[in-house]
Amino acid sequence: MKGRMWRWVLCAVAVLTLSSMASAQVELLGAGATFPYPLYSKMFDAYTKQTGVKVNYQSIGSGGGIRQLLNRTIDFAGSDAIMKDEDMAKLPGGEGLHIPMALGAVVVAYNLPELGDARLKLTPDVIADIYLGKIRWWNDERIRKINPGVDVPARGIVVVHRSDGSGTTFIFTSYLSRVSKEWKEKVGAGTAVKWPVGVGGKGNEGVSGMVKQLPGAIGYMEFNYAKQNKIPVADVMNRKGKFVAPSVESVAAAADVEMPDHARVMIVDTEAEDGYPISGFTWIIVPKEQKYEGRTFERARALVDLLWWMLHDGQAFHRELDYGPITGVALKKAEALVKSIQYDGKPIIQ
Amino acid sequence: MQTVETARADDDALTPPALKEGHSDWPSFKKFLGLFPLSTSMLVVGMALTLLVQSYVVFRELGHLFLVGTEWDPVYGSYGALPFLAGTLLTSVLALLLSLPLSMAMAILLGEYLRSGLFSSFLQGVLELLAGIPSIVYGFWGLMVLVPFVRVLQETVGAPTFGVSVMAASLLLAVMVTPYAASVGAEVLRLVPQDLKEAAYALGATRLEVLLGVSLPYARSGLFAGMMLSFGRALGETMAVTMVIGNANRLPTSVWEPASTMASVIANEFAEAVEEMHLLSLVALGFLLMVVTVAISLASKWIIQHLAGGEGR
Repeated sequence: MKGRMWRWVLCAVAVLTLSSMASAQVELLGAGATFPYPLYSKMFDAYTKQTGVKVNYQSIGSGGGIRQLLNRTIDFAGSDAIMKDEDMAKLPGGEGLHIPMALGAVVVAYNLPELGDARLKLTPDVIADIYLGKIRWWNDERIRKINPGVDVPARGIVVVHRSDGSGTTFIFTSYLSRVSKEWKEKVGAGTAVKWPVGVGGKGNEGVSGMVKQLPGAIGYMEFNYAKQNKIPVADVMNRKGKFVAPSVESVAAAADVEMPDHARVMIVDTEAEDGYPISGFTWIIVPKEQKYEGRTFERARALVDLLWWMLHDGQAFHRELDYGPITGVALKKAEALVKSIQYDGKPIIQ
Repeated sequence: MQTVETARADDDALTPPALKEGHSDWPSFKKFLGLFPLSTSMLVVGMALTLLVQSYVVFRELGHLFLVGTEWDPVYGSYGALPFLAGTLLTSVLALLLSLPLSMAMAILLGEYLRSGLFSSFLQGVLELLAGIPSIVYGFWGLMVLVPFVRVLQETVGAPTFGVSVMAASLLLAVMVTPYAASVGAEVLRLVPQDLKEAAYALGATRLEVLLGVSLPYARSGLFAGMMLSFGRALGETMAVTMVIGNANRLPTSVWEPASTMASVIANEFAEAVEEMHLLSLVALGFLLMVVTVAISLASKWIIQHLAGGEGR
């Protein structure tokens, strides 16, 4: 009896081992930005159903993704921020290709119950001065001047920013550096900066939570968070003098501009007529040279196939989740970048 | 001082064989047991050394500026830890002070008056429950309930109504650390010898006089130890604090302002820090936190010995 049982156990173990070996498909690893996470998780789910290749993406933040890419523990990094040249030089091939995958809007949300349904308008210099601490009351003359007919209350402005490093901060501070010389000198742009005033919330959730709770609060966050939490957002004046509300269309319009081949460009303060001025790409960063640390051609090919799919079939998911799709000029540059990914010096796809 | 073994070995005829010198395996067992405290202490020293070695660069480059600088600027590369040091100490001390009346009252209640019974076990259960709630749950509760309450306080006082502030963090910490001082205090008060108290009663002391004149002074060192346990917990608390303190990397000038603690800034910025100096400065902050905790721990040990010694025990 005992002998028979052991044989069955051995059989079961053998079957399990063999079956797990048979389904040992490539599993691609990515990590990084939290902003595109809702989009990526939907895309990767569809990709696995279609091709059987699993993709594991951990939303640990843009900085975390870049760090893991430099540590060579992941296949690709998701980031809203552009890698520094010194960091890119450490990657295999000396370059990290930034492939734009989606567009997002960083909105300026506020909590002014007295306003009701009226939309607040803000200009770049006003936003910068609020975040510099120079404008401290909502009924300041400058705000009232650009909002004629809106009864702005006499409340103190409570500035909310991010306490953790983030790509959203990178986009917002890049915008402020572009439109305000004082901001550029005093604070600068980065994933984490020395905020002159205000309180910090952890993650987009923290900021939206605080803005929702504190009357008189103003905070920046990804468009989705404001939309899902039904927090009112301001129309921002763009470079052409138009007050633009954030939307998939206005963000796509902002990206429809000339851009360099490497696509490492911040599209804040866009030249486009109808573009929303605080827009940004979210990129997937991969090392240019894929042969490193024993990576196989199959794995590199699987990665390139995934990226190509994301730029074409994968773009179908963007609109319903309120992300701007990659089209036109940006799509051409992105395709060229994917085609330039090399294995052992030779491009992987033509 | 004679060891147990040699003292008993003197009385040869009466010593059981197992304890006689040369006949027992006790010494080797003792050596084996000794491995455990040794490895634990090596672990602590190892942790401190790892942090120090990794962040040595920061101390070398920035020098004393790291400890007294008030600017934490990842973009321009200046890292001064003073705001966080101040934030940590301010919130922890304030939390201890705020929890003191509550925890002492609980300790006296459970140690003197309600030593046993249904209500006593209920209260002890509540204390254990409070101590067991995960800190992130405390953080959510703090954000949803305590912060609006602090906003009302701020309106009354006339301070800007952020809600999230040093005061909110201190109140939350006070609730979190009360169970520690309360349980330890109750234990120690229960251990006050009955004959001491009966002697006082015999001399005509009232219950209050016995409490204030005999029990509390006797249990002084234990009560202080409980408070230090609370303080230590408050120093290191991370998640709950980061949700209600406002995360403003500036030196707090009033308790109604938002601030940051060493633990909260590490929790916030570590995952995203890409700059080498930024990362290492956070590691250095961790080392600083460890040093502060150890220093306070040693200081409180010394005070406890002093308090206990003073009673002639």
